[in-house]
Amino acid sequence: MNDRHDVIVIGAGANGLAAAATLGRAGLAVIVLEQSGAVGGLQRTVEFAPGFHATPTAADDGWLPPAMARDLGLGVPVRTIPDIPLTVALAPGDVLPLARESRAAAEAIRRHSARDAATWPAFTAQLHKLAGFLAVLYQRPAPDIATTGLRDLASLLRVALGLRALGRADMAEFLRIVPMSVRELLDDRFECEALKAAVAAGAVRDLRQGPRSGGTGFVLLHYLVGAAPGSVRDRGYCRDGPETCVAALDALARRNGVTIRTDTAVSRILVRDDAVTGVALASGAEVSAPRVLSTADPAATFLGLVDPVWLDPELLHAVRNIKFRGAAAVVLYALDSLPQRGGLPAASLAGVVTLTPQLDALERAADAAKYGNVSEHPHVEISAPSIRWPAVAPPGKHVVVARVQYAPHCLKDGNGWDGARREALADRVSHLIDTAVPGFLDRVLHRAMFTPADFEARYGVTEGALTHGELTLDQVLFMRPIPGLAHYATPLTGLYLGGAGTHPGPGVMGGGGWLAARRLLQDGTGP
Amino acid sequence: MTARRYDVIVVGGGHNGLVAAAYLARAGRRVLVLERRSMVGGAAVTEEIFPGFKFSVFSYVVSLLRPEIIRELDLPRHGLQILPLESTVTPLDNGDYLASWADPDETRRELCRHSPRDAEAMAVFGRLMQHMAMAVKPILGMVPPDPGSLAPSDLAGLLRFGRHMRGLGPDRFHALFKLMTMSSADYLDEWFECGPLKATKSASGIIGTFLGPRSPGTAYVLLHHYMGEIDGAFRAWGFQKGGTGAISDAIAGAARALGAEIRTDAAVERVLVRSGRVTGVALVSGEEVAAPVVISGLDPRLTFTQLVDPDELPADLVEGVRRFKFRGSSAKVNLALAGLPEFTCLPGPGPHLRGAFSISPSVEYLERAYDDAKYGDFSRQPYMDIVIPSMIDPGMAPPGRHVMSIFVQYAPYARTGGWTDAARDALGDAAVQTLARYAPNLPSLVLHRQVLTPLDIERITGLSEGNIFQGELALHQLFFLRPVPAWAKYRTPIEGYWQCGAGTHPGGGIMGASGRLAAYELLGSSAR
Amino acid sequence: MTLVLKTTPFHPRTAPLVRAQTWRRWAGYQVASAYDPHPDREYAAIRNAAALLDVSPLRKYRIAGPDAVRLLDRLVTRDVTRCAVGQVLYTPWCDARGKVLDDGTLSRLDERTFRLTSAEPNLRWLTMSAAGMDVTIEDVSEHTAALALQGPLARAILATVSPADLGALRYFRLLHSTVRGIPVTISRTGYTGDLGYELWVDADGALPLWDALVEAGAPYGITPAGIWALDLARIEAGLVMIDVDYFSAHHALIPDQLSSPFELGLGWTVSPDKGPFTGRRALRDERARGRMWAFVGLGIDWDSLERLYRQRGLPPQLPPIAWRGSAPVLVNGRQVGYATSGCWSPLLKRYLALAHVTAAHAERGTGVELELTVEHRRQRADAVVTPLPFLDLERKRA
Repeated sequence: MNDRHDVIVIGAGANGLAAAATLGRAGLAVIVLEQSGAVGGLQRTVEFAPGFHATPTAADDGWLPPAMARDLGLGVPVRTIPDIPLTVALAPGDVLPLARESRAAAEAIRRHSARDAATWPAFTAQLHKLAGFLAVLYQRPAPDIATTGLRDLASLLRVALGLRALGRADMAEFLRIVPMSVRELLDDRFECEALKAAVAAGAVRDLRQGPRSGGTGFVLLHYLVGAAPGSVRDRGYCRDGPETCVAALDALARRNGVTIRTDTAVSRILVRDDAVTGVALASGAEVSAPRVLSTADPAATFLGLVDPVWLDPELLHAVRNIKFRGAAAVVLYALDSLPQRGGLPAASLAGVVTLTPQLDALERAADAAKYGNVSEHPHVEISAPSIRWPAVAPPGKHVVVARVQYAPHCLKDGNGWDGARREALADRVSHLIDTAVPGFLDRVLHRAMFTPADFEARYGVTEGALTHGELTLDQVLFMRPIPGLAHYATPLTGLYLGGAGTHPGPGVMGGGGWLAARRLLQDGTGP
Repeated sequence: MTARRYDVIVVGGGHNGLVAAAYLARAGRRVLVLERRSMVGGAAVTEEIFPGFKFSVFSYVVSLLRPEIIRELDLPRHGLQILPLESTVTPLDNGDYLASWADPDETRRELCRHSPRDAEAMAVFGRLMQHMAMAVKPILGMVPPDPGSLAPSDLAGLLRFGRHMRGLGPDRFHALFKLMTMSSADYLDEWFECGPLKATKSASGIIGTFLGPRSPGTAYVLLHHYMGEIDGAFRAWGFQKGGTGAISDAIAGAARALGAEIRTDAAVERVLVRSGRVTGVALVSGEEVAAPVVISGLDPRLTFTQLVDPDELPADLVEGVRRFKFRGSSAKVNLALAGLPEFTCLPGPGPHLRGAFSISPSVEYLERAYDDAKYGDFSRQPYMDIVIPSMIDPGMAPPGRHVMSIFVQYAPYARTGGWTDAARDALGDAAVQTLARYAPNLPSLVLHRQVLTPLDIERITGLSEGNIFQGELALHQLFFLRPVPAWAKYRTPIEGYWQCGAGTHPGGGIMGASGRLAAYELLGSSAR
Repeated sequence: MTLVLKTTPFHPRTAPLVRAQTWRRWAGYQVASAYDPHPDREYAAIRNAAALLDVSPLRKYRIAGPDAVRLLDRLVTRDVTRCAVGQVLYTPWCDARGKVLDDGTLSRLDERTFRLTSAEPNLRWLTMSAAGMDVTIEDVSEHTAALALQGPLARAILATVSPADLGALRYFRLLHSTVRGIPVTISRTGYTGDLGYELWVDADGALPLWDALVEAGAPYGITPAGIWALDLARIEAGLVMIDVDYFSAHHALIPDQLSSPFELGLGWTVSPDKGPFTGRRALRDERARGRMWAFVGLGIDWDSLERLYRQRGLPPQLPPIAWRGSAPVLVNGRQVGYATSGCWSPLLKRYLALAHVTAAHAERGTGVELELTVEHRRQRADAVVTPLPFLDLERKRA
């Protein structure tokens, strides 16, 4: 550890690995320090029961920005898009499958509303187009009208022209949709409750708010960046298995000469004269380097790793005010087999099945979180990764992953996530699944519950927020993580932020790390 | 056909229509205003609902009336006289109260009682809000450029807008962005710890919207309290002598003095259009009045789908108007009182009775009020903003008696089960009983009661779904998106047909800015 | 009905003495501008005998804990690590841009306990600065009354009622003692530029303390004095006043309203080479770059003043009390700054002003013009840049 390093990267998730790969390619001596026992961060799978593997965060495989892949010479993993990315369970045995192929989806929707069926193809096409515009924004530093400098201005102009290139109607629609609530967005277009509830659930993902909240229009688009045309949920999965993306980034980083140390927790970032000098490890050892790129979330970095005397009290105040608000829990199930009678075809479980067919039910689930309570009737969506990747379960057996909202990190009664509360929620989730898929409970061999408190303990994410900061409009683009820090550099010379708490945010594999590393290189790496 | 010839007909004698008429008359146009009711003012009217008791029936306080309109139309000469509202008192459930007074030292001291830290934060917060108000003010006076257009005037407008934003500097621009996108409760959480303070301040963010204090997009209305201050015209809020109808009368007086003709009891049935051009209007009475230009002061739904045949309009415009959110969410309860209410938290007479009362003990209270409305009913315990106008202007009620104006939220237009007489009474009861928790003698003082649901507001004033702002002031319905993209510059696709209501930029409140901007835009276009 | 303004713990004694109802607001408190209709006698007591001033409206914070030094050293511009127990530092504190937020005195009461005084409330900023530190911050403003006993006879008076070894109490030091049995903290500090003390006492000891000092001071000519007299004295002493001579960076609306310590003549309080503190980076840059503005004294030329009045057929008219406002300062007809307070110094017999001028015109002896209103007309009087303080008394620190 006493070698000389040019840059220390904190965290070996997708962002940390992308940053390290970018810096290593530039010839810098880079060391990545990862607190856990393996690389992968939030994408990492665990063996939650003997022979059963899954990702506790229920993260999808995210979106690998093509510009980054090109820049780094990274082979893009082959992606498989489920034929039916999203299915709504209406009643036992009755589902509304929203196939990727929009005519097939329209056919299924027609059973509920001919009008909605007619609207559907144009709607998904428009979402795809608008998300495509976000994709452009997500592969460069966030443009900011307020920052001076001609270079920024030129980039701003390019963005503005890109927006205009959408065409007059789509541009107006983009500007309208971004601040809108997803409920209004859907009410304008559709009448079928189940359809609306299914789409809306994607717009409140990892948010503490409900579908009536302004800005959920943006969240919907955010998680559709990189999605296949016609899909209104998730980006599909890597054919070769979970962790394919991070494994590719890991291999690339190592090829570029990066040293990666796992089981190495950083306890402090060392600062002298407003410049970083290295880090102190939990073990007591110190690692020196003139630059540190942290992919921990902004609060974990600034409030947890840096001595506050080095930072402006206003900045610390702004960091403390970042809304993290972890509100999602995950239950992993090890199944003896998949229930057949339930009418949930395997094709559906290869994608996501939502168990909430009403918008108001989603809203009521969110109401609880608003007051600091766990939802009485949480929104649950399930999928079975073992259908995509049989290797994650013993032969013939299955893994079912349930995402659960709302399970807020900060509970009003102050008791926190004790064992009883965890079990109660897990029981409720099991019951909800069993109602929708009769026979489910009988097949459960094991279950593992992860609450926001668990996420905080396991990954060090503040308030258990897998997003590293809620995707609300005041916390995205040039406002992410806080105004003035959106371009990866910090007031401390040599300290950079590059995690999901920076633009472009969660679900973009390595995007923040890559852009942060480029900023670091741009600033120069001289002494 | 009447003998007189007009250059412009203004449909609707609300304050924006009157302002537009006055400006057009000032520029030498022959203007006719046609008002359906027997009085001008639209939602800014004073009526003697019960003998001897006068009410600002709908809109009841004023803060945002543009000072340039006051100056340019010389409104004080025509009767504008704004009296100060002394204070805002929030009664609390523990018998205490939180007040803000006219004097800053007194307010600071009062706030210190609840939270010394907040008293300190308030000074810094106030300074920031003043900056933000200064940043927004030029936008209120700007015709929204169309970002989708390549016309030189739009490009120049966009450039001016961009330059204005850049000119704010990063700190203020980012602060403004936060203010525009956050929920008022989240925004205030960053500054304050005192619950009633946050609730009372965030209440101003929800007025007239179908949103709760925790809904993003409600924060920027916090600015309204500070706009009046930087305009130099009023304190934050004021009360017009004689009620808000007197403001409308003052504007109408100015318009008449400038040569405009105003006809009441003259409901317009439709706007006459021939080959894509306006030719005049037809009244319900069957009469037709010819004019080459017609301006509608009505809301976008009436302007585009009732006054004209939507088939004459582009489909995307009609679709945009269909999607425009009205969703009236507030009601009004007007009480004639035999005497003064006695508030438990501040017993006896005092200056607080010349101010406002805000029933907003906590953010959670407001949020629960919103929850009731979300699921289709009025709030069982609503947010209320209360003034006793007769304490400010004794002419509003017989000596010793009083009128009380209660703004009630939430009362959703689309109430499940509809607005029956029973539902209306239940809403009135909920308001009075909720208030009686803080002023127990109130029910015994009530001589008469008028309850106006959003449906009543729609029926009387014509405002669609009873929305007091002619359409929600939500981020996706502001500036160049108000009311519809590409048609935010007061024009319509029909030649000679214009819009000037609060459904256009900047809209909302008794501001008059839409009417003035529309008039200038019209005059500018005909000059070219 | 509640009163708009608060009153200080001394109010029962001071109120009957205010003969002309000349009250003013100070930080939300009602305090005497002067007890007599005119402050002459009160000012004279400061310079000639001893004046008793109620300075209770100052904000007072008690800061204690293992991280108290760390917090205060990151807060203020002076080096708190070198502040001995019993020492008092006068210091400004800044935001990250190196612009002054407030100024006050910092007293080290014991190893881990400090008292910070300030003009404005600072609880929020202190709390924000203390994030992540093991320290308690208590606003003791209401519980602590403060009296300033200022003037050449102050020590003699205090010695008759307190057992403290006042001879050994050096300038900007403090000690804990009693006055007629009332526990007090006595600091050798003040806002007059004269020999003097400030006495800090629990609010319930306020009235006995006042009575003791008035009684013991009577043979020495002790005189209660108000803000007007204090204002004259502090201008002579060249001491800045917040909201008059500068704006807190928290309240400034535009960059022009911000001032750095260097620009307020407080460069001597800045230790840019100590450990990290808020604004350090900006202040280091400013030190390297050179300040833009300077805070200077102006002596207004009597002959020029007399000439301006004589042209209107009048004798020179002098401000009866110190003025607070803004008067342009010019060189060759171009504005180079502005004066923010001014007075006729009864002791120096000169018309003085405190002014901000651009650094190029800050040199001692630079001739400038000060804009004045002479019988309704704007006129320019000659003035000379004069080093501060105007009055530097040996006895102040002797």
